[in-house]
Amino acid sequence: MTAAVPILRAEGISKNYGSKAILKEVSLALDRGEVKVLIGPSGAGKSTLLQCLNLLVMPDAGRIWLEGREVDRSRRKGLYGYRRQVGMIFQDFNLFDHLNALENVRIALVRVKKMDRDAARERAMNELAKVGLQDHADKYPAQLSGGQKQRVSIARALAMDPKIMLLDEPTSALDPELIGEVMIVIRDLVQAGMTMIMATHQIGFAATLADEMIFMEDGAVIEAGPPAKLMTAAECERTRAFCSKIGELYGESA
Amino acid sequence: MGEWFYLEHEMLPALLRGLWVSLGLIAPAAAAGLVLGIGVASARVYGARPLRSLASIYTVLFRGVPLVVQLFIWYFGLPHVGVYLSPYIASVVAFSLCSAAYHSEYIRGALLSIKRGQMQAALALGFTRFQGIRSIILPQALRRALPGCGNEIIYLIKYSSLAYMVTCIELTGEAKILASHSFKYTEVFLVVGVLYLAMVSIAGRVLGAVEARLSLPGFERHRL
Repeated sequence: MTAAVPILRAEGISKNYGSKAILKEVSLALDRGEVKVLIGPSGAGKSTLLQCLNLLVMPDAGRIWLEGREVDRSRRKGLYGYRRQVGMIFQDFNLFDHLNALENVRIALVRVKKMDRDAARERAMNELAKVGLQDHADKYPAQLSGGQKQRVSIARALAMDPKIMLLDEPTSALDPELIGEVMIVIRDLVQAGMTMIMATHQIGFAATLADEMIFMEDGAVIEAGPPAKLMTAAECERTRAFCSKIGELYGESA
Repeated sequence: MGEWFYLEHEMLPALLRGLWVSLGLIAPAAAAGLVLGIGVASARVYGARPLRSLASIYTVLFRGVPLVVQLFIWYFGLPHVGVYLSPYIASVVAFSLCSAAYHSEYIRGALLSIKRGQMQAALALGFTRFQGIRSIILPQALRRALPGCGNEIIYLIKYSSLAYMVTCIELTGEAKILASHSFKYTEVFLVVGVLYLAMVSIAGRVLGAVEARLSLPGFERHRL
């Protein structure tokens, strides 16, 4: 990697809910095109970390830099501008229920990017075509399968030309036979050079994409390293136990 | 004087005149009440603390004080501070503000029923909170609030009859005058009753049509 400045850098991200520490000074940095995968048990703080990175949840402490420029979250303009450049994929899709697939992708182009309606429509259609849903453009979320919904949500995020994507367990709410179609879209994204952080339990799939795997537990990074190392020869006993357990559960092995 | 002659030449013209005044009260009050109600509800759910408290106080006051008292304040009270409203304007203002307080509760309930993820997704795309409320939350919430808000509009049609208390002579006012002159209370008020029933029925039809028009796949009425 020649990029001297990471696309995204976070230092000392901490978050407490009441007296409970959800995140304890988590730091990470991603270079352009780098893919990092967050693994760990439920409640480890993976979702909270992703939401803090997008400033959907305000961290109690910590600093974030996008392409070397620190994000000033006290300024609203800076905050909204930052979120716009960071794509977010949610576990339960969060498609806008009152809009069809095309409008779901188009609305932020019109409202946030201030594109004119026709240009936005064309762009939205292109993004839907990229995830193979051009024929479902006029269907509403309730008429789409889970896999289709997640693909629309990926198209919606990509339409904003994000510099980095955060994926919060993108396949966890899907039926087993629908996981594949979403994985293919994510793999295409990685191959196209998208920088991303993905929280997932599909560690076999994640291992094929990730440059680095990060094992989290109790709000802290326990261990990070290349997937092959983490899954077979993790230094930490807890990481090994988690990886073998989840590998068994999902019928995947490294 | 024959019954039919009275009906045709005195009662009906007067009542029709009153009906028009009633419609002139109801239409703007319904529209203004709904718009203001949306504002108050949004402020209560999404506003910063001072705005939220202000909106709550508004709801408590305008829902809590009897409408007649509100009408009297607008019409008889305001002149004490140098503000003179015509009977018509005082009535429209009173009805709008009262109606808004009720609308705001229906809409607040609907706003609270929209899943958090909708706003999160909007914010993640770079929407401001205001844009998120306007483009994502309200279009969904208003669809859910519609049956309740329709109920309030129908109620407004009937409480618009209070306007005659501040000498805005609408349907009920005309009826009272007719009846006290002719002593035909039963006949006059039967006809008045039918006219209100007709207004309410038409409003119900219109609201039903709007509801059907705005219904979304996945949110249709379920018959189990």
